[in-house]
Amino acid sequence: MNRAASLFLGIFLTFTFAWVGLVLVPYFQFGRVTDLVSEDTGQTLPPPLSGLAQRGHEVYAAQGCVYCHSQQVRGETQGSDLARGWGARRTVARDYIGERPHFLGTMRTGPDLSNIGRRQSSAEWHHKHLYHPQTVSPGSIMPAFRYLYTLRKIAGEPSADALHLDGADAPPPGWEIVPTPDAKALVAYLLSLDRSYALPEAPTD
Amino acid sequence: MTSFPAPTPSAQADALDRAAIDASCRVPVLLFFASANFWLFFGSIFALLASIKLTNPEFLTDSAWLTFGRVRPAHLNAVAYGWASPAAIGVAIWLMARLCRAPLRHARILIAAALLWNLGVAVGIGAILAGQSTSVEWLEFPSYAAILLFIGYAFVTVWALLMFRERRPGHVYVSQWYIFGALFWFPWLYGVTNLMLIVWPVQGSVQAIINWWYGHNVLGLWFTPIAIASAYYMIPKILGKPIHSYYLSILGFWALALFYSWNGGHHLIGGPIPSWVQSASIIASVMMLIPVIATAINFHMTMVGSFSALRTSPALRFTVFGAMSYTIVSVQGSSMALRSLNKITHFTHYTIGHSHLGMYAFFTMTMFGAMYYIIPRLVRWEWPSAFLIKAHFWLAASGIAIMVVSLTVGGVLQGLELADPKIPFLDIVVRTRPWLHARSGSGAFLFMGQLAFLLSFILILLRAGRRREGPTLLGDAASRRS
Repeated sequence: MNRAASLFLGIFLTFTFAWVGLVLVPYFQFGRVTDLVSEDTGQTLPPPLSGLAQRGHEVYAAQGCVYCHSQQVRGETQGSDLARGWGARRTVARDYIGERPHFLGTMRTGPDLSNIGRRQSSAEWHHKHLYHPQTVSPGSIMPAFRYLYTLRKIAGEPSADALHLDGADAPPPGWEIVPTPDAKALVAYLLSLDRSYALPEAPTD
Repeated sequence: MTSFPAPTPSAQADALDRAAIDASCRVPVLLFFASANFWLFFGSIFALLASIKLTNPEFLTDSAWLTFGRVRPAHLNAVAYGWASPAAIGVAIWLMARLCRAPLRHARILIAAALLWNLGVAVGIGAILAGQSTSVEWLEFPSYAAILLFIGYAFVTVWALLMFRERRPGHVYVSQWYIFGALFWFPWLYGVTNLMLIVWPVQGSVQAIINWWYGHNVLGLWFTPIAIASAYYMIPKILGKPIHSYYLSILGFWALALFYSWNGGHHLIGGPIPSWVQSASIIASVMMLIPVIATAINFHMTMVGSFSALRTSPALRFTVFGAMSYTIVSVQGSSMALRSLNKITHFTHYTIGHSHLGMYAFFTMTMFGAMYYIIPRLVRWEWPSAFLIKAHFWLAASGIAIMVVSLTVGGVLQGLELADPKIPFLDIVVRTRPWLHARSGSGAFLFMGQLAFLLSFILILLRAGRRREGPTLLGDAASRRS
């Protein structure tokens, strides 16, 4: 091949073809999906995140949760996600319109979290799990996130949000372990993860 | 192979030309190679930490900086942008100068590029460890680091165009097609995806499509073309015979350009994106068999009759190991896009095994091969120790084999168990652990092999050992001489 011009043109055109096809067309096809209001409940779907949960979304990104946990439920024909109880329905594009960045994930070293707020709705459970995963999930290989918690001396009354820890994890007498703002935000985000509402394109029955 | 015929006058002039070209490449290429080895070392430390953490979750868990979710992307970014990219740029620069048949000029552009690029990598990895990752896989660097990489890379592309303008007239060899493809595709890809995902993120799951369009293209349109370019140069050069078929090389190049860029959607099969995107990517993934088989036939037919050279030439041995792995990893990749198989392997360690087969057994081994060929010509000194080269090869080859086998078998078992909803999730986690232990062990092999290479690299820069008359060979030829 001695014609540099045709080489450069070919390099340009093959790439443009893929860029238009796999990036621009999907963007114009479904890059502007809007939320909608449920006729039954008057609720906005998907429900917008609270400010605290939005902050928790950032904590989730900073700790790299996405490397072990997916947030996508595949349909019946494509895996056992529904049979495992990871969701009431497959997830669809509309479920993610508020997510920046997206946490779809590619790995399930840990379980899918699309609906973790529904499957584990207790903040106490999530805090214990983050502080020492193996105490509530025996055999888990999730790392502890103790650095999201503070050990501090009880001054006056014990804090309402102090963790109730047993055994070796229990703080010394007169001390307590409390979540940092990051831990509270992260748990608020995890509790917000509930995509069990019905959408026109994804009914739950 | 041990006796050298007396050179004819024209061959002597050619050899002097080549020596002048090599000398002109010395500073920029060695700068990229040295920084690549620096990051390979740290990237591998991060890899070992991450791998141990997966079996020992209590290991180094009290520091936010060293939590698994930060060490793992630090590993990926250190090896992809710290090791693989500078290694590829160094090889591309040298190949460009050799194939333009002209001494390298404008070295300052390349030196500036190397400094900017490495500064960007250092800032980016620091940001990930500090908790400022974008959390977009393969694009974790925040925009203030990404912009340094982009500008640094743009310098390399501009330099390549200037170099190409100043080439001596003649045929544009197949390696140069791949290099030009890569040097244009990567900055476009990197710039556009950073804009659409990090600077002005698009909506929802469109991000995922663009994310994996990038994640796949960075392999297929940046690392792969440079490694193929290197193999297309090294194999015929070392054997002293032409490449088997010009037409197969054309077919291989254009089919790769056309199909690889459409593969990204196969990372999201079953996900919340349009079915047509998934189907288009599955078809393109299967079509990748065309360029892969064309290239494999071309390499194989060139090698036929010369396989014994693998016993002696370090550069050839690493390059051919890489080229063979390219065929295996690509055929595996096509199969993984099929819905029936993807259903099992998606979300499992099988994918991690596949990516290491690609990035290590194919790409990294090919780069090692190129470095074994190029570096002695830059420093005008032969490799001081054949033993270190052999240790490097066997540790790397056995390490990557153990890693890929353990993650592949472990991944299939993990996937089959995940597909059965009656098996509790935590039981699967527990049963996957032995395979992850094997992976940590294999990583130690790779790390020791790299240390052998690093030692060789430092020794040759210091011009250690005694001056050799001919190249450092492995096997029979070498032992006779020493």
